[in-house]
Amino acid sequence: MSKNIGVIVFPGSNCDHDAYHAMKHVMNAETTFLWHKESDLSNVDLLIVPGGFSYGDYLRSGAIARFSPIMNSVVEYAKKGNPVLGICNGFQILLEAGLLPGAMLHNEKLRFICKQVHIRVESTRSPFTGSMEKGQVLEVPVSHGEGNYYIEEKGLNELEQNDQIAFRYCDKDGNITKESNINGSVSSIAGITNVDGNVLGMMPHPERAMEDVLGSGDGKLFFDSVFNRLQLA
Amino acid sequence: MYKAKINVTLRKSILDPKGKAAHHALHNLGLNNINDVRIGKFIEMDIRADTEKEAYELANTACSKLLANEVMEDFQIEIEKN
Repeated sequence: MSKNIGVIVFPGSNCDHDAYHAMKHVMNAETTFLWHKESDLSNVDLLIVPGGFSYGDYLRSGAIARFSPIMNSVVEYAKKGNPVLGICNGFQILLEAGLLPGAMLHNEKLRFICKQVHIRVESTRSPFTGSMEKGQVLEVPVSHGEGNYYIEEKGLNELEQNDQIAFRYCDKDGNITKESNINGSVSSIAGITNVDGNVLGMMPHPERAMEDVLGSGDGKLFFDSVFNRLQLA
Repeated sequence: MYKAKINVTLRKSILDPKGKAAHHALHNLGLNNINDVRIGKFIEMDIRADTEKEAYELANTACSKLLANEVMEDFQIEIEKN
């Protein structure tokens, strides 16, 4: 049976079609949109919670989407060890749902940031980064106003100890500097996993960096890794 | 009937860039005696409850489950009789 990638669609999602295109036309995988009122994830082998502005970011990014009907199934799906990837607003939703620790503040300089950035692979423990090398630098775009990752010190220590930090913002040579930390995130964090490694949240958009003609193909390395590790191909 | 008035603010330990930007602008206006500005959200809810305590508890649940994210925000609740 062919593998199936699920892409959740909330009211206000706007990267759902980018994710669909990346999976269906670049990775050549069966891909299905899942409206947020659905609850059946039994045929899903990889679940993507895409970026956008679910519910217009009312209250806080991801705060309302977290109570969409599908989210109960997502929590259950993740707790069984299935792979869940939250990109940008999807990351914010996974934080609000408690599947990942921490919260998102407004960017330190309050500006919406939309540009190509560099991120460094910090851990290869999860299936999402398993085929990468520690220290490898990827070029991917970001597009967010609330991407300033916050966690208190105790939580940060736990992330470090459990090897949960997947990516940090860096310069093109892989150095972590004050300038390379685009949004003020604690410890330059761009992406984290849960303790088990099957849930990943990241602010950058690998699904928008799938073809060189669009500026970078580095996002494909990311999905090659997921597909290899999970034998989705 | 009760009315709950709720203030949600970023926790004191967290830098509030909006408050800081407003603070800076207030100083530019010459209002130099304003020492600090914190910007938050104000939420008002009508609550059906028999007692003030019951109304408070409902508002408290609403805040901790949805209206505030306690990882980064604090909230204060005031209950008034409607």
